[in-house]
Amino acid sequence: MENVNIKINGMPYSVPNGITILEACQMNGIRVPTLCYLKEINEIGACRMCVVEVKGARSLAAACVYPVNDGMEVTTNSPALQKSRKATLELLLSNHNRSCLSCVRSGDCELQRLCHEYGVDNEERYTGEKTPSEIDDSAPHMYRDNSKCILCRRCVAACDKLQSVGVIGANQRGFKTHIGCAFDQDLADVACVSCGQCIVACPTGALSEKDDTDKVWAALNDPTKHVVVNTAPSIRVTLGEAFGMPIGTNVTGKMVAALRRLGFAKVFDTDVGADLTIVEEANEFVERVQNGGKLPMITSCSPGWVKFCEHNFPDFIDNLSSCKSPQQMFGAVVKTWYAEKNGLDPKDIVVVSIMPCTAKKFEVGRDDEDAAGVPDVDIALTTRELARMINRAGIEFAALPDEEFDVPLGIASGAGHIFGATGGVMEAALRTAVETLTGDKLEKLDFTDVRGTKGIKEASYHVAGIDVKVAVVSGLANARALLEKVQKGEAEYHFIEVMACPGGCVNGGGQPTQPASVRNFTDLAGIRAKALYDADAGLELRQSHKSPVMKVLYDEYFGKPGSHKAHEVLHTTYVARSRF
Amino acid sequence: MASTKSSIPFTGTPEQERELMAVIAEHKEQQGALMPVLQKAQDIYGYLPIEVQEMVAAGLGVPLEEVYGVSTFYSQFSLFPKGEYRISVCLGTACYVKGSGAVFDRLSEKLGIKNGECTADKKFSLDACRCIGACGLAPVLTVNDEVYGKLTPDDVDKILAKYA
Repeated sequence: MENVNIKINGMPYSVPNGITILEACQMNGIRVPTLCYLKEINEIGACRMCVVEVKGARSLAAACVYPVNDGMEVTTNSPALQKSRKATLELLLSNHNRSCLSCVRSGDCELQRLCHEYGVDNEERYTGEKTPSEIDDSAPHMYRDNSKCILCRRCVAACDKLQSVGVIGANQRGFKTHIGCAFDQDLADVACVSCGQCIVACPTGALSEKDDTDKVWAALNDPTKHVVVNTAPSIRVTLGEAFGMPIGTNVTGKMVAALRRLGFAKVFDTDVGADLTIVEEANEFVERVQNGGKLPMITSCSPGWVKFCEHNFPDFIDNLSSCKSPQQMFGAVVKTWYAEKNGLDPKDIVVVSIMPCTAKKFEVGRDDEDAAGVPDVDIALTTRELARMINRAGIEFAALPDEEFDVPLGIASGAGHIFGATGGVMEAALRTAVETLTGDKLEKLDFTDVRGTKGIKEASYHVAGIDVKVAVVSGLANARALLEKVQKGEAEYHFIEVMACPGGCVNGGGQPTQPASVRNFTDLAGIRAKALYDADAGLELRQSHKSPVMKVLYDEYFGKPGSHKAHEVLHTTYVARSRF
Repeated sequence: MASTKSSIPFTGTPEQERELMAVIAEHKEQQGALMPVLQKAQDIYGYLPIEVQEMVAAGLGVPLEEVYGVSTFYSQFSLFPKGEYRISVCLGTACYVKGSGAVFDRLSEKLGIKNGECTADKKFSLDACRCIGACGLAPVLTVNDEVYGKLTPDDVDKILAKYA
C-alpha cells in the first residue's frame, strides 16, 4: 500500500493510505482516547471521545473512522478538544450510576480512567431523569446492570460479530434506548451461550461475571469440608496481568503458592483433566474411525461451544465427543477415585476450579455432570475472581515464592498445557491418536499447522493408511461458518476442534480485562498462547497418554480408555435447545 | 426489564404464514430487507408478536434481537394486536396542557394495559397519539373513527360503557 504524508500536532509522518487517523496516531506513539471503538468489530464513531481537529474540516472528526489522506493536518490535543471530550464524559455521567466505590470495575473502568484523565471535577454537571433499568441476573454466569451502561455497543458487537450469537442489541430509541434481549426477555431465556466475550468487551461495570468468591470463602472456613482447587491451563499465563505483570508472563509457581496460602487442602492442575480428556477423546476418535462411527468428531471441552451447538446445530450433537470437559473430568475423578483412595465422602469434598471462562459456571450445573451423585465441580471461578480473592487475603502476589502443584493430580503433560490455546486440543489429541493408530512411537511432537490465532485452520495428516483431515476453529462466528460448509457438503473432516472464544481459552470471557487501548492493538491471544507453547516445549512429558498419573488412574480405576467405568465417570450427554 | 412478549395467544393462520414466507423469499437476497419485510409482516398480521419476528429472523438469517431492535426503534411497528375498539388519546401540545395525560392514565388503569397494548379479550387497545387537528375540543380521544372532546378523567367510564 502506498504511503501518504500527514502532519499530526505539527510533526510530519508518512503513513499507509487508507488507514484511520486513530491508527496513524497509534503507529506514531500518540494516544487518542476511545470508548466505543473496538477494532474490526465496532467501528461506529458513536461516542465522540476520539474527536480530533482536521484542518479545513467543518467540525471535529471521529479519529476511529476518519481515513487519512495526503497533506492532512491533524490536531489531537487542543484546549477545544479537551473541552469537547470532557463535556462528552460529563454527559455520559448524567445517565450513569456512579456507585464507583463498590463497582466491580473500579480501578479498571475505562470511563473512570478517562474522567480522571480529563479532570472531570463535577460528576453532576448535568442532572435529571435517568433511563430506568433493572439488573438482569437470570443467567448462571453474569450480571447486566444497565444503570452503568454507556451504550457503546461493544458487547453487542462481541456477541454478534465475534460469536454470531447475537442475543443482545439496542432496544427502543432515544432516552429509552437500552441493551437487552429480544422482547426484553431475561438472558437465561434466550440462546446466550455464556461465553462472556461481552464482559471482557465492556468498558464499564455494566457487565460482570457472577461473583462466586463468597461461596469459596465459606467452604474454606468450614472445617467439615475438604476443599480442593484446580487451575485451567491458561490461568498460569494470564493471572499475572491482574497484578500488573506483562501480558504472557507465566506465573505457575506463584499461582500455586497463592492458592495454598488461601487455604485450599490440595492445589491440583486441571491439565490432568486435560490429559484424561485426551486419552478418552483420542480413543473415542480412533474407535469412530475404525468402526464407522459418526464423523467428523467435534471436541466438547468448551462449554460455550457445546451450548452454541445445542442451540444452533442440533443435528451435530452426535458429532460432539461424549467426553466431559477437562474441568468436569477433573472434578469427577476427585469425587470418585480420589475420594475412595483418601477415605472421603464425596459430599464432604468441595471442588473449586479456576477457569478462563464464564461458561464454566453454566457447565457445573449441567445435567449428567455428577459421577458420584453430587456435582463433579462445585464452584467455577474466573481468573478475575481468583485475583480478587488473592488481593482480599492480603497476599503480595509478586513477592510469592514459586511452588509446585500437589501430587498426584498436579502432574500433567505439555499436551495438557496447550489446551488453553486454539489448536492445542487438536495437537494434544494428535500426539496420542497418531501413536495409537500407527502403533509406532511419534518422533515429531509438534503439529505446527494447527497452531496460531487464525480463526479457521485446516490440516491433513497421513496416518496408518488414511488421510486424517482436521480443522481447528475459534470464535463462534468461525465455527458457524465452518459447520455450514460441512452441512452443505463443501468441506469434509474427520476431526474438528472448536473453542468458543477467539484464540481459545487464553482469550476467554473470564480472563483479566484489558482496556480497548490494549485490546485493539495487541495480539492478546497470541502472546498469552506463546507462554503456554514455551512451557510445553520445555517439558520431558509432552504426550497425555504417557503421563504417570494416567497410568495410575487406568491401572487402579478405569481399566482402559472407553471402558464401562470410564463412560460412567468421564462421559456425558447433550440436549437440543431452541435456536432463539 | 419485564418481557414485552404479548400475553394474548397468537392466532396466525397457515395462509398468513404462506403469505409471509412469500414476502421473505422475495426480499431475502436484497440488502436492507428487514424493514420492508417487517412492514409487510405487520400488514399481514396487524402486529409483530414474537412468533412472527421469529419467522422473519429465521427466514432472513438475522438474529431475533436485531429484528426486535428495529421493531422497537420505529414507532410504526406494534408488538401488540389492535383491539376491536382502538382508543387513541391525543397527547399533542394543546390536549396535553388541557389534561389529556390524566385521561390517558385513567384509561390505562381501567383497562389494565400500557401504551400500545391490547386487553386480553382483544376488545380495546390503547395508544397515545399526536395532534389530530381537533385542538378546539381539547383534550380529545378517538375510538375507531368516533371523536370525543372536552374530556375529564371521569368521562372515561361513560365512554367505555358504550362499547362494553
